[in-house]
Amino acid sequence: MNLHTWNPVILTLVTFIPMAGALLLLLLPRRDRDIRVFSLVISLFTFVLSLHLPVHFHRAQAGFQYEIDRAWIPIPNIHYHLGVDGISMWLVVLTTFLTPLCVLISWKSIDERVKEFFIILLVLETALIGVFVALDLFVFYFFWEATLIPMALLIGMYGHGRKVYAAVKFFMYTMIASVFMLAAILWLYAKVGTFDFVTIQNAIRAGQVGGFASAAQWLFLGFFIAFAVKVPLFPFHTWLPDAHVEAPTAGSVLLAGVLLKMGTYGLLRFNLGLFPEQARANAWWVMILALIGIIYGALVALVQPNMKKLIAYSSISHLGFVVLGIFSFTQAGLDGATYVMLAHGVSTGALFMLAGALYERRHTYEISEYGGLASSLPVYATFFLFVVLASVGLPLLNGFVGEFLVLSGAFQARAVYGILGATGVIWSAGYLLWMYQRVFYGKITKPVNETLPDLDLRERIALLPAMAAALVMGVAPLLWLNAISPAVQTALAPFAQLASKVVGQ
Amino acid sequence: MMTTGAAVIQIMPQGAEYIRILPEIVLSVFGMIIMVLDPLVDERATQKLLGGIALLGSLAAIAATLYQAQFPGFGFWGMVKVDGFSIFFHFLVTAITAVVILSSFEYMAVQRIRAGEYYGLILLGAVGMCLMSSAVELVLIFIALEISSISTYVLAGFRRRAAISSEASLKYFLLGSFATAFFLYGVALMFGATGSTSFSVIGQVLRSGQIPLLAYAGVALMFVGLGFKVAAAPFHVWTPDVYEGAPAPVVGFMSTAPKAAVFAVLLRVMFEINAPGRVGLIWVATALSMTLGNVGALVQQNVKRLLAYSSIAHAGYLLVAFASLPDNGIPAAMFYTASYAAMNVGAFAVVSHIAGSGERYVTLDDYAGLGRRSPLLAATLTIFLLSLIGIPMTGGFFAKFYVFSAALQANLIGLTIIGVLNSAVGAYYYLRIIVVMYMREAREELPATPVSPALGAALAISVAATLYLGLLPGRVLEFASRSAAELLH
Repeated sequence: MNLHTWNPVILTLVTFIPMAGALLLLLLPRRDRDIRVFSLVISLFTFVLSLHLPVHFHRAQAGFQYEIDRAWIPIPNIHYHLGVDGISMWLVVLTTFLTPLCVLISWKSIDERVKEFFIILLVLETALIGVFVALDLFVFYFFWEATLIPMALLIGMYGHGRKVYAAVKFFMYTMIASVFMLAAILWLYAKVGTFDFVTIQNAIRAGQVGGFASAAQWLFLGFFIAFAVKVPLFPFHTWLPDAHVEAPTAGSVLLAGVLLKMGTYGLLRFNLGLFPEQARANAWWVMILALIGIIYGALVALVQPNMKKLIAYSSISHLGFVVLGIFSFTQAGLDGATYVMLAHGVSTGALFMLAGALYERRHTYEISEYGGLASSLPVYATFFLFVVLASVGLPLLNGFVGEFLVLSGAFQARAVYGILGATGVIWSAGYLLWMYQRVFYGKITKPVNETLPDLDLRERIALLPAMAAALVMGVAPLLWLNAISPAVQTALAPFAQLASKVVGQ
Repeated sequence: MMTTGAAVIQIMPQGAEYIRILPEIVLSVFGMIIMVLDPLVDERATQKLLGGIALLGSLAAIAATLYQAQFPGFGFWGMVKVDGFSIFFHFLVTAITAVVILSSFEYMAVQRIRAGEYYGLILLGAVGMCLMSSAVELVLIFIALEISSISTYVLAGFRRRAAISSEASLKYFLLGSFATAFFLYGVALMFGATGSTSFSVIGQVLRSGQIPLLAYAGVALMFVGLGFKVAAAPFHVWTPDVYEGAPAPVVGFMSTAPKAAVFAVLLRVMFEINAPGRVGLIWVATALSMTLGNVGALVQQNVKRLLAYSSIAHAGYLLVAFASLPDNGIPAAMFYTASYAAMNVGAFAVVSHIAGSGERYVTLDDYAGLGRRSPLLAATLTIFLLSLIGIPMTGGFFAKFYVFSAALQANLIGLTIIGVLNSAVGAYYYLRIIVVMYMREAREELPATPVSPALGAALAISVAATLYLGLLPGRVLEFASRSAAELLH
């Protein structure tokens, strides 16, 4: 069978198979083991299917691939328009890659309302993939909002501590911010008469949108605020630590691994793609916010007594790199930003899985409760060290490549941004390694920690793929970058023109 | 006043003219059959028998509406007019009636209410509501409004054993009669200003040259009366008390069917006769309704009261369409009434099930742990609530979408901003119900009563309608646009 014939439907399949799985789960009897196995099979199947994307992707070709464009609703003019470029394709694969790991890591820790949990997880997967593949602004907005409900439910139903507070805070922050994006989308629709991303982009570039010049700054801000809350960019970040600390492990993995990337992806796709001039005009303060995020996130992470909160703040710091790279408008910066998105998804996902494994054993995230774990949990300690090093940005592991590219892009944009950004790398080494030291080295301070069981087979199976990915991404970044770079070039095309316009004057 | 030449000569109505009030005839006949049978049959049999007849009646009325669609035109000396617009609202009212009857079976049995007059009144009330949407003459509209109102006054007090229900009924009756008087006064002034009570004549007078000052007063007074019926601020104060006291399925009925009918009247008043002073009047009412409704709902503990305030807010969103331009305002308003009906009837059907005997369980706390107790019911209510919030893929989203884009096209930017901010506030209290259902444990173990097949059917229809309007809104909107164009030309 010729797999190329799948190209027009592959995105639809990848997006909706988890949803179909969730619907089938509804019908399944409440036998927890079967439900877990079934969810694993569905999510693995989705992953395998999504591998079709990079395998058949035309690397040299810019623009969107695997496109499908069908008229859906006549008034308003909404099209079912999906497609991926080199950037969004990898984000889709990241999502499908992390979901089976989430299923595995939740195998035991979720022991009641199991069926609902996996239904929510699979629905969330569909919504996340949808965000990355949608090319119709309306469809995008739908999936964007659709991620909210399952995520809020995951936190609120299966979290711990102040879970309801965290869930509602998460929901309200994102919901209110997205209203501004909706307003901007509606404005564009009113002027262009379509929600189609490509059509709107062309219309804006050709200068055919009436009143665009005066509205552009507001539109830019409308999109920006929705994405900035999601990233989260300082000062919109306060929902994140709460959400992370109270979320169940799988929720944290998807939250840090994929949900935050929706924000940076949005900035890249929509803020840069639709409003290049405004992006350039506003870049100075956005980059300052990103730098504050990098340094502030790292400093706050440094003093966290709670392991999960520490990882949460480290995410704020790492995502600052992504924003820094995006708004440097350089090839290296954007390549790096995309790469950090993927690398952060893998390694922070793994960090949350490890923290979750520890929580299952001791029911606490307090760093002071541990110490000297290296002797009682040798395998766990090794895994943890590997992931910490990947996250810190050790060369030959995944974190290094992206951060290096981002920083060199930031240097090209303005040296001081690069220098300040580079301190972030040092900070991250500081807080992660210090945490590692306090948790694993020294003498065992609490007697309970002596008898903890080490990682079992299931947990190892859940963690090894992430670690393998971290290694391969560090050694052979070109496997990813050769698809990312052409997409970045396309995204940067209007900026090159802008620059030459400035030079010409 | 005579409008068409043919109608002047012809004294006796022709056969086709009866078809133009066929749904009303069908509903009246079935309503009267029920009233007559009620004292004759055994009390235990009334539930199933009379409920079944009522359901049959409403289905027959739906069929009559569809049949009637082939006979557009005026009837009864230009007093009723069958057009796409009236068909739309006839279908809506009769469909709501059918779903409410379905959701009442279980409720009536649980509350041990003698069912006879109940079903009769619902059908007879529906007569008035149907007539409102096809009447194009102010006096007939007044009569139809009274038919519909009087039956809802009685229905509100149907939980005879509960004081709160009688209070609701009395309050509704007193304030409602007061409001109707305003409407009647407005009709009188309009007649004084234009010399006619027929929409087509009034429209001609108001479109040609000088608008008499009396017409402004007439429109304002009519708006007071109609605004009361749709629970728009500042005429909304009765709503929370009445909704709290009235039986839950009745609230589902009276927050949708009569409202849809009154909105139909309001659409004709505002657009067909080109009411003067429309935008200013509506602007104030809609901004107030959205804001007061949402703010009021924030602090409610009783779910019925919460939904009452939410219905005030939704009346506000809907009225935004009335301030817009007619070509897209009318279809937006029609679509909104339909999707609001789907989600609200559904939500109250769930409330009526959970309420239990004597409506004991109506506070937010009683919903705690519902996600665990009855997952399917909780999921159903979640869909309705998400639609009320206006999450995409539900009817509520497109309803808001059409209304606000109509407002934007009319350059009502201030009103749109107020509306959008209000829907963000609204998200909070609907979400609170979802949060309580899924994330809070029940304080006491409440029994999970099984959902009866009839209620299940009612819920399935409401869910299907909510999702249909959210996924494929095209056909309904297209129909609404076509009938709006018909109405205007």
